[in-house]
Amino acid sequence: MSEKSTEISNKSDAERLQIRKERFALLRRNKAFTIGIAVLGFWTLCAIFGKYVTPFKADEQNFEFVSISPNHTYWFGTDANGQDVFSRVIVGSRLILVMSFAATILGTLAGTSLGLITGYFKGWFDTIVMRLLEAISAIPAIIIALLAIAAIDGKSPTLTVFIIAFVFTPNIARTVRAAVLAEAEFEYVAAAKLRTERTPHILFKEILPNVMPPIIVEFTVRLGYAIFAIATLSFLGAGVEYGSPNWGTQISENWAQIFNNQWWPTAFPAIAIASLAVSVNLISDGLLEVFEI
Amino acid sequence: MGKNLGWINNVLKRIIPLLLVIFGSTLILSLLLQLLPVGLKDLYIAPGDPASIREQLKSLGLDGNAFTFYFHWLNDFIHGNFGYIIFPGGGREPVSNRLATALPISLRLVVYVQIFSLLISVPLGIYTAYRAGRRSDRVISYSLFAAASVPNFVFGLLLAIFVGVQLGWLPPLGYIDPSENLVGHIKTMILPVLSLSIPTIATYSRLLRSDVIATLREDYVTMAASKGLSNRRILFTHVLRPSSTTLFTSAALNMGALIGGTLVIEQIFSIPGLGTEIGIAIFSRQFFALQSYIAIIAVGYVLFNGIIDVVLGFVDPRTRERRNA
Repeated sequence: MSEKSTEISNKSDAERLQIRKERFALLRRNKAFTIGIAVLGFWTLCAIFGKYVTPFKADEQNFEFVSISPNHTYWFGTDANGQDVFSRVIVGSRLILVMSFAATILGTLAGTSLGLITGYFKGWFDTIVMRLLEAISAIPAIIIALLAIAAIDGKSPTLTVFIIAFVFTPNIARTVRAAVLAEAEFEYVAAAKLRTERTPHILFKEILPNVMPPIIVEFTVRLGYAIFAIATLSFLGAGVEYGSPNWGTQISENWAQIFNNQWWPTAFPAIAIASLAVSVNLISDGLLEVFEI
Repeated sequence: MGKNLGWINNVLKRIIPLLLVIFGSTLILSLLLQLLPVGLKDLYIAPGDPASIREQLKSLGLDGNAFTFYFHWLNDFIHGNFGYIIFPGGGREPVSNRLATALPISLRLVVYVQIFSLLISVPLGIYTAYRAGRRSDRVISYSLFAAASVPNFVFGLLLAIFVGVQLGWLPPLGYIDPSENLVGHIKTMILPVLSLSIPTIATYSRLLRSDVIATLREDYVTMAASKGLSNRRILFTHVLRPSSTTLFTSAALNMGALIGGTLVIEQIFSIPGLGTEIGIAIFSRQFFALQSYIAIIAVGYVLFNGIIDVVLGFVDPRTRERRNA
């Protein structure tokens, strides 16, 4: 890692561009990455255009066709409210994708800033922040999130996004800090200091570009966890409106039906969650391989 | 003499950060409680004459500021008083009552999961490392990768639906105590343990695989092979031990995630453990109970990490030297 960084750090812009191109070519040839992108892309399209193309409206109730098993008209069957499960699964991708991306972006921004600052300045500030972050990570993330959501506002997606971002910040900060600690030893940082560049310039213009690979990988890893967390929370009935087309909520609403042998209203959203989670992990695995960290 | 002091120094060096973690995480939680839009006082103080209200405030530690509240709770916690579940109207039930039944159930669940996961993942990790790059390794590794990324409650749901209800092989919900009916206990635990174990097995065996692959490249392994030792002997006596440190460390770190996982799995399978209690406490706003539950989780998490540190010292003496350095 450190050898590689020196290499990149000392290279001209043209050479950097070359490295970037090579990495991109490697990614395109990486099977895991391609499959991951394809599945994530599919769900993203569903999230954007889903509500215009589904055979039925997601909240359309048809009481003549309640709890019908999968067939030609209702591909994934209907639930106890006479709603088409297929349409709800397609439209349900929207909320979880928007929420998990928003939470991960926020958490990455906060964690990166914190990691840059603690890794660059070190000293007592670093020690205190790192101990604090360690203390936060001793409590299972899902419990902190559930606690805060239940205490403040049980049905607010915005709040849920902020809380998940908060919970993820320590892990991201730690990854970035480790990378910055190694990076701050290089000559180009000392050179920038000698040129009396301002600290924000050194942090964001000099160091940040060189620690991007671990940040990108960490972003995708956290995105996977965010999907996991949001699905779990909405399954437990926290953070989303009851009755909204959303995979976790769909599962918990139809859970009791499995004892009447109606597996389809829960099994299909569960499989959708699994496919989304796997796709994001495939992407991060591909990136990890190409960045060689 | 100097040597003895060095030993004590090392133990202190390891224990103090752990104590700080327990202290810090419970303090953070306690301060979070102060930020609630609904005040603790509004929630838990039953109306009455000023004297009785003062009495109630004092017994709950709410008569001072955020920090005195925390130290009131900490003092009680250290003395084994885990607080109360407070019913509307002011009735109280000690949290320790609930813990006495719920904690053993969850511990059992978590211990089963750890044992089962290690039993499966150790051979799997060694096998895939030994066959690294071959077709059997690729098939297993990709399936494990997929399994590691699926949330455990999805496995729980699918297992409950298909194995529990559709096939009817195992009970899809409920809990039976082993003292009551051992066979029943095992039957009710299989599905929850499986759903928590599948992602865990996947994570563990992937870790072990990459560690074993790294160890296999070491000179002393080549040496052992050139001496003519059998592959089995090399793998199990020379490779497994130094390769297992990451596995044990991550198994200890995984305790927190597992306890978080039991929260959902216990609700799916209606198991009356700590996870279910935490769920109830969160949704019925029993924050005193919650604080104690979470503190117990933090203590457990820290204890497991401490124990693993010591165990690792025995498994791989090199880590002992490295840490002491």
